[in-house]
Order: sequence, then structure tokens, then C-alpha cells
Amino acid sequence: MQMHQTARNDVLLELRDLETRFYGEESVTRALDGISFQVMKGETLGVVGESGCGKSVTALSILRLLPKVSARIVGGEVRFHGCNLLELSDREMRKIRGDQIAMIFQEPMTSLNPVYTIGHQIAEAVQIHTKASRSVAKAKAEEMLRLVRIADPERRVSNYPHEMSGGMRQRAMIAMALACSPELLIADEPTTALDVTIQAQILRLIVDLKERTGTAVMFITHDLGVVAETCQRVIVMYAGRIVEQATINDLFASPAHPYTQGLMRSMPDPRRGRQRRLPEIPGIVPSLRDPIVGCSFAPRCPFAIDICREKTPVLRDVRAGHTAACWRAEEVMGA
Amino acid sequence: MAAYILRRFVSTIAVMAMVGIFIFLLLRLAPGDPAAMIAGRNAAPQLIASIREQLGLNDPIPVQFMRWVRDILGGDFGTSIFAGRPVLELISQRLEPTLSLAILTMILSVTVGVSFGILAAWRTGGLVDRLLAAFSAVGYSVPVFVIGYFLIYFFAIRTHWLPVQGYVPFNQGLGPWFVHLILPTVALGLGYIAFVARVTRASMLEVLSEDYMRTAAAKGASSYAMLFQHALKNAGVPILTVIGISFAYLIGGVVLTETVFNLPGIGRLVVNAINNRDYPIIQSVLILTSGLYVLINLAVDLAYTLIDPRIRY
Ligand SMILES: Nc1ncnc2c1ncn2[C@@H]1O[C@H](COP(=O)(O)OP(=O)(O)O)[C@@H](O)[C@H]1O
Ligand SMILES: [Mg+2]
Repeated sequence: MQMHQTARNDVLLELRDLETRFYGEESVTRALDGISFQVMKGETLGVVGESGCGKSVTALSILRLLPKVSARIVGGEVRFHGCNLLELSDREMRKIRGDQIAMIFQEPMTSLNPVYTIGHQIAEAVQIHTKASRSVAKAKAEEMLRLVRIADPERRVSNYPHEMSGGMRQRAMIAMALACSPELLIADEPTTALDVTIQAQILRLIVDLKERTGTAVMFITHDLGVVAETCQRVIVMYAGRIVEQATINDLFASPAHPYTQGLMRSMPDPRRGRQRRLPEIPGIVPSLRDPIVGCSFAPRCPFAIDICREKTPVLRDVRAGHTAACWRAEEVMGA
Repeated sequence: MAAYILRRFVSTIAVMAMVGIFIFLLLRLAPGDPAAMIAGRNAAPQLIASIREQLGLNDPIPVQFMRWVRDILGGDFGTSIFAGRPVLELISQRLEPTLSLAILTMILSVTVGVSFGILAAWRTGGLVDRLLAAFSAVGYSVPVFVIGYFLIYFFAIRTHWLPVQGYVPFNQGLGPWFVHLILPTVALGLGYIAFVARVTRASMLEVLSEDYMRTAAAKGASSYAMLFQHALKNAGVPILTVIGISFAYLIGGVVLTETVFNLPGIGRLVVNAINNRDYPIIQSVLILTSGLYVLINLAVDLAYTLIDPRIRY
């Protein structure tokens, strides 16, 4: 699939130079430092990167769900169907949330309201965005629970979150997110907090529902293995920026950024069975509080040369449909 | 649930027994002889002795205590030493003003306090929040009688908008009854509004930062639904606890307020009884108030289960 050739009207979501900052007592964190990418209609886009690189902030910026007091989007655009979400009123934005763009979160244990039943919480999403009556919404909730393969949905609708396992809660979250048939589902590490076996089930469920409903999915994870199983295209993030962007095949065949290579090396390889110790990328993620000179990955990079420490590399095509922000991308790909 | 209520009931009996012993001893050990009070100044010692005999004050204290408990359980709260009439009758005559004041104050402080707290938490550091901080400083630190006289001066004496003092019974008209209770309710309520608002604000702030609030926002829920449904129900347990506790403190405030506004309630009955060493009245009011307090706490604990499905007894 050659995404770069798709027509403009296939673009569902487009971020342009998005900059998000957090304002602390005496410091400013540049959580997103100029993020640009597109999500096509119906595609599954993976967003990967180590913890703290800005994946969640990207998702929350799109939906404008950042904490009001400390965070601000200081620049850029979030175009959904060509319309800049950052310019919408709060009221218009609420109409989009949960209806056209839905989101599921990492922590199924804390992301559902403990004092309302699962059925109530799913029905609420339906009632916010449609004129459905209470009973119709309740019926829809039950139907959604069946869709996400929760056994005994007639009974489960009246369960409270604490009466369900983590896996089941995440299924309920997915049911809630898909209740209004969104065009884009943002899944922020939906399996990270779950047991390995449950992880696989939830992953399969998302892929499956995506196939059935045709909704586009932005799949956020720190695990390249999960990306390989679910996505068509991948964005690799590092320190608040995109460092590489490619189709899944291109990325695995020839990663063009040393950071991506590092991530791949620290991936457990199913063919070699369970490994005792994975080689982590040495060094630590840079602080986003201080301005970064040169390439933010240079201090950890085995390929780093003088220019890397002096000038910040921008994203550039290294091949058709494959971009990377690395001065030595060609050598990295050949290595 | 039934087992829990039974357990609570048993522990209530134990608590009330302790309270009973405490109240009884406190009054017996206090200086002053009620028989001498009744007999009056310059009474003959023989008269005092016979009154003591009559009241059973010569019996050993445990015997007196058991007799008191037996009478109370039989519904007999004794006879006022001073007025010579059954204590229960005196109390029930004074009940209406006190209950009216207490209930109106609770309604005022819960509705205003909870709304105030929610708005302050919604925009921390905003105008409402800063107003609340200033308001609670006043509400906490200025005593009821100062607020009371201040209100009387401005809203009754200067402007004649409201009556200065006194009480009109409920059955003589809702309007006059209510008008006479406005100032006492506000005077007594200010502190509780501040108290309830601060607790509401604190527990709402905690809830607003929870993950499920972000989930609700991601669904497209309105600010109103987020605050008053998703957040308030979660913040409800601590708020309810405070309301239960403040009802107990209210009893102390009621006495003072009744004095300031000249309301013929239980508070004034007790104050007079204390001056006259009218033991039966003091004892009865104390034991009834303690019983009410324990009951309210039980009701609050049971109400938790209605708010939070995770609480099961
Ligand atoms: N609520 C917050 N307050 C301050 N800084 C934050 C907050 N949330 C995220 N950040 C900063 O933004 C950066 C990106 O965070 P995040 O997007 O959550 O990372 P991840 O890729 O693990 O999802 C982090 O380095 C963190 O310092
Ligand atoms: Mg995250």
C-alpha cells in the first residue's frame, strides 16, 4: 500500500506542526515540538516510541483533552476532514468527541466511573450524540457488549466496573468508544496494563472490529511487536518529535533511524522464543525542559557524528513513502 | 446488610449506655444540691432532707442510675424540678422552633455549600474559588452571635425588611414562620456553608483529576454532566460524612442562635434548666440529642451504599 499516493480527500486527520507545552512552576516542557502526520480513512496507523516521548500528549491534543491549567497547544493545526479542531468552540468540540473521534485509554482499572454501571456509561455516549431514548440506548449498550464479545451481556450491562476483570473493562471501554461508530478511534496503549494472554485477545478484538466497521485507528504503543501485528503504517516518535515514518513493511525491512533500529533490537523475537534479557537502548530520554541542540537522539546514537550534535535534522524522504529525521539515514539503512 | 444493621444497633446500645453513665455522673458530681434549690433560700434543713428523700437523692448512685434508665426505657423522662411538669411535655412544646431552625439551616448549608464547592473546584483559582476562600475565613472565625446581631441591625433595625426576633409557629402560617426564621438560619448557616463548601471543593478536586473524568470528556459529556453526575456522585461520600458531622455541631449553634433571636426552642429550655439545676431536663435533652446524633450517623452510613456501589455491608 503506497500511502503517499493517496488522494487528498482520503485524508481523515492531519496534524501540522503541532506544538504542545506544559507549564510548570518554573519550567516549560516542550512535550510536542512540531508534529505533522496524516491518518487516512480506514487505515490503522501505529504510533510508537519509548515512554515519555509524547504519544499520549499527541492523542490528548487531537481531542483537546489536555489538563486545562498546565497544558497549552501553542502552535499548529489539527485538521479533521479539513477542519481545524483547534478553532472549534468547546461546544462544537464536544460534538466531535465520542461521536466522530473516540478514544480508549491505557488504564482500564481507573478509566471507568466506579459509581455507574457499564451499561449506563455506554448508553450515555449514545444519548449524548443521538436522540435515542433511554431504553434504546440501553439496548444499544447491550448490543455493543455483545459486539466486544463479553459473555452474558444482558447481565453485564448492569455490572459496575469493580465487578469486572481488567480485560473485561477494556472490552467495555472499546464498546463505549465504538458505540457511536466513530471515524477515528485513538487507542492509547490499550493493552499495556493487561496480562499477556488478555493483551493478545484485546488486540485481536480491535483488529477485528476495525475490519468490520471500517473505522480508522490510531494505535499508540511502546511495543513494535504490537505495531507489526496491527498496523499498516507507523510513526516513530522520540522526544516530542517524529523521527521516522513508513509503511510497516518498509520500516521492518530497512529502518532508517538509529532509534527505530534500537527499538527493534529490544523487541522480543517470537522465533527465538522468550529471551532472558533484551538489549535496551543505552542512555536516557533527554529532558524536554531544556532546548535541545542538534539531534535529540545523538547522545544515545551509535551513528552520531559532529553534525548530529550541532544541527537538528528534519524529516526528509529517504525513499518513496518513507521519511526519517536523521543526517545519516542512508548509511543507517545500509547498516 | 441486615446483619450490619443489627451489629450497628447493638453497638448503638453500648454507646448510648456509656453516654448515659457519663451524663448521669457528670450532673451528680457537679457542685450544688438540687433539693436545696427547690426548697429555696433559708429553707429548713428538714425540708431539704425530705425533698432529697422524695427525689431519691439519698440512694446510692448506682441505684439512682438504674432507676433513671428503667424510667427512660419506659418512656418516662421524669418531671421538671422547677416547673413541676413532665420533661417530655416541656421538650415537645419547645421542639418545633428548634427543629425548624435546624432543618432550614441544613437545607441552606447543603444546597448553597455543595454548589459553591462544586463551582470553586470547577475553576480553581477563579473568582468563585477566591470568593469561597474569603467567605470561609469569615464563616469560620466570626461567632454566630456577632453575625446574628450584625444581620439584625442591617436587615431588621435599619431596613425593617425582616422581623428582629421571635418565632411564629408553623400552624399560624407558612409565611410568617419562614420570615421569622430567615435571619436565624442565615446567621447559623454561614459557618456550615463554608464548612460544606470547603469539603465539597476538596473532594471534587480529587475526583476531577481521576482518569474516568477524562473518559467522560472523551465521550463528549457536557461540563454540567461531568460536574454534577460523574464527579459529584463520586465526591458524595466525604460530603455526606461532613453533613452528618455538622448536624451534630449544629446542636451547639442552635442554643446560641435561639438566645440571640429569642426563639422559644430547646436551646433556651436547656439554658434555663442549667441555671436552675433542673437535672431531669438537662439529662433528658442530653440523652435525646445523643440518641439523635447516633441515629443520624447510622442513616449516613446506610446512605453511603446508595451513593457508592463498592460499599457493601
Ligand atoms: N500532566 C502533565 N504535566 C506535565 N508534563 C506532562 C504531563 N503529561 C505529560 N507531560 C510531559 O509530556 C511528555 C510526553 O508525555 P506522554 O505523551 O504522556 O508520553 P508517552 O509517550 O509515554 O505517552 C513527558 O515527557 C512529560 O514530561
Ligand atoms: Mg502514554
